Amino acid sequence: MLGSLRRRGFLLSAWPWRSLAYLAGTAVIATPVSIAMACVTLPWLALLGWAVSGHERGTSVTVPELVAAVLVGAVLVTTLGPALAMPLAALERRRLALIDARPISSGHRPPPPGLAAWLRARYTEPATWREVAYAAFMAFVVPVGYGIAALAVFLDLVLIASPWLAGDSANEISLGPARVITAGQAAPYAIAGVVLLPLVPYLFGLLASAHGAVARALLGDAGHAALREVSRSRARLVDAFEAERRRIERDLHDGAQHRLTSLTLQLGMARLDLPEGSAAAGPLATAHDQAKELMVVLRDLIHGIHPQVLSDLGLPAAIRELTGRSPVPVTLTVQSGLDQRPPERLESVAYFVVSEALTNVTRHAGAAHAQVDLSGTGGLLVVEVRDDGHGGADPDAGSGLTGLADRVAAVGGRLLLASPTGGPTLVRAELPWNR
Amino acid sequence: MTRVVLAEDGVLLREGLAGVLARFGFEVVAAVGDAGALIDAVRTGETDLVVTDIRMPPGFSDEGLRAAVELRDRHPGLAVVVLSQYIQYEYASALLDSGGGRSVGYLLKDRVVDVADFVTALRTVVGGGTVVDHEVVRQLLRRPRDPLATLSAREREVLALVAEGHSNAAIARRLFVTEAAVVKHVGNILAKLGIPPTEDANRRVLAVLAYLRATV
Repeated sequence: MLGSLRRRGFLLSAWPWRSLAYLAGTAVIATPVSIAMACVTLPWLALLGWAVSGHERGTSVTVPELVAAVLVGAVLVTTLGPALAMPLAALERRRLALIDARPISSGHRPPPPGLAAWLRARYTEPATWREVAYAAFMAFVVPVGYGIAALAVFLDLVLIASPWLAGDSANEISLGPARVITAGQAAPYAIAGVVLLPLVPYLFGLLASAHGAVARALLGDAGHAALREVSRSRARLVDAFEAERRRIERDLHDGAQHRLTSLTLQLGMARLDLPEGSAAAGPLATAHDQAKELMVVLRDLIHGIHPQVLSDLGLPAAIRELTGRSPVPVTLTVQSGLDQRPPERLESVAYFVVSEALTNVTRHAGAAHAQVDLSGTGGLLVVEVRDDGHGGADPDAGSGLTGLADRVAAVGGRLLLASPTGGPTLVRAELPWNR
Repeated sequence: MTRVVLAEDGVLLREGLAGVLARFGFEVVAAVGDAGALIDAVRTGETDLVVTDIRMPPGFSDEGLRAAVELRDRHPGLAVVVLSQYIQYEYASALLDSGGGRSVGYLLKDRVVDVADFVTALRTVVGGGTVVDHEVVRQLLRRPRDPLATLSAREREVLALVAEGHSNAAIARRLFVTEAAVVKHVGNILAKLGIPPTEDANRRVLAVLAYLRATV
């Protein structure tokens, strides 16, 4: 809308008419809204009235009166304000389409079932109170702003009509500071009025855009819908990424790893049948050893992509295997609530958290012992890794904690770190089971 | 001649293993690709040894292990060696719990490429011994609050070799000590693990079981 104001064809476009329609609509709606809001805020308005008139008379409002008026007003606004503001907001969001092509969605969250829950949700969310602010804007600011604009338009019309006004009546008419008596005298003012006439649609456009901007700011969802979509798409990406890792793991295992094991076995067989000290024995032994090393490399690579034990046997078994590999002794406790397997991506993230945390324990913590706890209670999958090391883990020091937090956030969870200098260090990930 | 049923879902590796077994004088009576076929093969023919992968179709989890435990319950004295893709103490202990822990082996799958060692392990199991992969033993010995914490470093070493199925003489050769010293170490281990002195030669297996159970 503001952009169209700057374009050359504005006057001939539909925008002035759309603006006019919007402004006319506003005038119709603002009247009852003003009355209703005035009723709701009556104690405050009355207080203001008393204060002003009392000031003139030399009396002042007493403290009990002040407190009573403020409190009653506050009660009225908090109870009736939302009831008035929410339907108004719904109407205003629809009406905004007249002057603003961008879609606007409500900042309200999807309502929970049940009237009491609905009321609680609505009365506690910021979107509701921004709508109340909009109702106040509509009731008290709009009449003033629109009034000034209407006065300007009216004055221009008077200028244009001044020769006729002057001609019809014998009286002098007042045009601001100037006074005219005859139509002839009025002619220059009329010309000025005609020249100013094309500015009127611009005034409409400007006023409608300003109102629209306020409406968008107070009635929209302040970017939350976009954010929700971004986080949903991030979750989808993570899922796709996870599925891809599994596919690669399977392909490597079924293809390369299997063939390599078979090849190494054949080399081992050939080695047995060659007489010791023959020309081929040395190179064959080397080939066999290299093939065995390659098996280890490939196994570690596959394990890093996606541990097979995780897909096969689930989280507790996979973490048990992980703790077995850790150079620092680790005790694993699996609490109840994990009888059922968590969704795959949670398993993956939880495994990754424990794996990274144990790597950090080994590399940085200087710990003698670590403890891993796994539990699934209250809709959360919780993994905790603690060690008895010297603490002081810094998420900014590139210890992989940032990457860890990102992966946890991608499934809607959160990562907590407590690592005072001197230890101990605790890493805790809370992952919501359902999302 | 030892009659073997081999179960492994990868065709190349299955054929390779069958080749190894034949080369070392085992008779491969059946080479199958899943747990159901393994059970059928053992039921229909005379079998001395089963060598099976743990992870097999259709579920690719522990089909081979469950089949092995079931077969040992049904055919007492059947020797079983399972090959595992990764270390799971539950696997090892479920297996050792079956059939009194005798004639049983738990090896990481990658071990098969050291052909001579692999065949030695098979022969140990066929001879009534117990073989646990040395990686499993290594990890168990490092675990915290382990009943083995009371053992000395040398005793741990000896126990590890016992678990891998070596005889006293073989252990003595490996550690460059006399066989009498090994006998003394084994005696200390059994005493420390609270295994009562009986005439049963199975006490060595009980020692291996003791720490597997305690740590799982």
